Amino acid sequence: MTALDFSTTIGNAWFPAPTFTASGCASSGRELAQFFPLREMGGVVTKSVMSKMRPGRPTPRMAETPSGMLNSIGLQGPGIDAFLAKDVPYLVEQKARVIVSIAGETVEEYSTLARKLRSVSGISAIEVNISCPNVENRGLVFACDPEASRRVIDGVRRTIGGELPIIAKLSPDVTDLVSIAKGVVDAGADGLALINTVLGMVINVDTMRPHLGGKTGGLSGPAIRPIAVRAVYQVHAALPQIPILGMGGVASGKDALEMILAGASGVSIGTASFGNPTAIMAIQDELKQLLIDRGFTSLKQAVGFAHRSIEAE
Amino acid sequence: MTQLNKHAKQLLAPIVSNKRVGQYHQIIINIGEIATNCKPGNFVAISVGGGSSSMVLRRAFAISRVSTSTTVGGTMELIVAPHGQGSKWLCAQDEGVVLDLVAPLGTAFGIPTEPVPVLLVGGGYGSAPLFGLAELLNSRGCRVDMLLGASTGSKIYAPMEGKRAVNSMRIYTEDGSMGVAGRVTDPIAEIIKDLNVAVIYSCGPMPMLAAITKITNEFDVIHQCAVEESMACGVGICMTCVLPVENEDGTISNLRSCIDGPVMDGAKVQWSKVGQQI
Repeated sequence: MTALDFSTTIGNAWFPAPTFTASGCASSGRELAQFFPLREMGGVVTKSVMSKMRPGRPTPRMAETPSGMLNSIGLQGPGIDAFLAKDVPYLVEQKARVIVSIAGETVEEYSTLARKLRSVSGISAIEVNISCPNVENRGLVFACDPEASRRVIDGVRRTIGGELPIIAKLSPDVTDLVSIAKGVVDAGADGLALINTVLGMVINVDTMRPHLGGKTGGLSGPAIRPIAVRAVYQVHAALPQIPILGMGGVASGKDALEMILAGASGVSIGTASFGNPTAIMAIQDELKQLLIDRGFTSLKQAVGFAHRSIEAE
Repeated sequence: MTQLNKHAKQLLAPIVSNKRVGQYHQIIINIGEIATNCKPGNFVAISVGGGSSSMVLRRAFAISRVSTSTTVGGTMELIVAPHGQGSKWLCAQDEGVVLDLVAPLGTAFGIPTEPVPVLLVGGGYGSAPLFGLAELLNSRGCRVDMLLGASTGSKIYAPMEGKRAVNSMRIYTEDGSMGVAGRVTDPIAEIIKDLNVAVIYSCGPMPMLAAITKITNEFDVIHQCAVEESMACGVGICMTCVLPVENEDGTISNLRSCIDGPVMDGAKVQWSKVGQQI
């Protein structure tokens, strides 16, 4: 077998494999540990945590759609203190690499969360989720507003200083994704997570009302993959030096390779894990083989390969 | 903290048989040695639609019973109503088709340490897991009585051999087409008093479980119910299948019916708050 350097880096964080859970799709990792050792993937991106315990939205929270699903969870979670007391130590004990995802309702809440993470050991990076669609006020989706996005990332960067890499998770539900990406990078983001779910709705034709308790939800799964590939491609073209975690419907090694070729330095797997708890392991193996088959000796050589002109080869 | 999804295994398992039983399908699957870890109340999550399907989510089914001593090795039985796209696909699969499944998942019915009188209440095909439970309770010396209900007779699932382990079985249909005309919850209070029932085990639609809880709240009787909420993953990572449940300190949390259920303490589930913001 040909030797392949499968590792990737985001800021100063090194990961032995480019495969991650997507935030909100693996809880805090504990549930998947029965199916494979968590240390065998690149890293666990934990479910976005807020300052306080949050019950989330009423049920129904889910609707399966063609090649995808809508979810409307509403950031249910234990709050940062309980999360740091229970979940992070568990992941560290499992020797998993940990990216903690945070979400806030205000710029200040993000900074408060960042302050709590500053002295926690065993964390590789912070994902700043500024794009969860399941909040009451769409005006509060920071990632839909370039200025608000910039202020959140700036606040987190100032709070944690220059050490932990910051990954900003952005929404595809914007007109000009590249300008928002440039804004958060200028404010101090080391990497980008692209894309969060796409806002959608299903109406129950029997009740003749929106199916989800929260009315709208986030669409995920293979249905949104072309949107994600486009987003990664556009942002990588504009910001070729910025590592991107590509996500949105990755369900096979081939899908993961598409993201890498578009410009992602790593891929996150979300909805595919719902359908198959060992999806990440299968995708990892398939991606490795596809890279070897194409003659790459490192993952990094393949990142953004789709941007090269044919003549340049 | 205990390991979540302990005992759960993902495996490729062939269908041994698939028979139509009234409005339902009885599907037997060869699951090998994991049969020994499946307990009444547990469920299985099955991938549906085949490799190129647009159905991306697994489907959860209650395991109605397991056998560890068949000629093909360990098997599990499912009673499936072909209602949605996924269950229709499963019901259309023939003997020999290999399924990708994860089992056993979720909590199991608790078995009393003493031989006490128990009442089993099933709604529609929700009665299926109660027969395996009845055999287990019967083997522990419990007096087992059973009530089955449905809107109409063809939706009652009551296999002949299921009657062996029960002291009595009464059937209620809303349209009176089988058994007594009425609801399965009608006679419960009287039975609790007459038989001194210590535990009620129930499985069926949520309004039925809520109605049973209302009755059991008036008596000193434990109500263990198996809930049904729509699930995306079945293993605890998606947070879609939650129900509002009272904690020990009186606060209410949204608990996952796949990890903290499907068997829950009926008295703790906040039925009136299901579908509400807590």
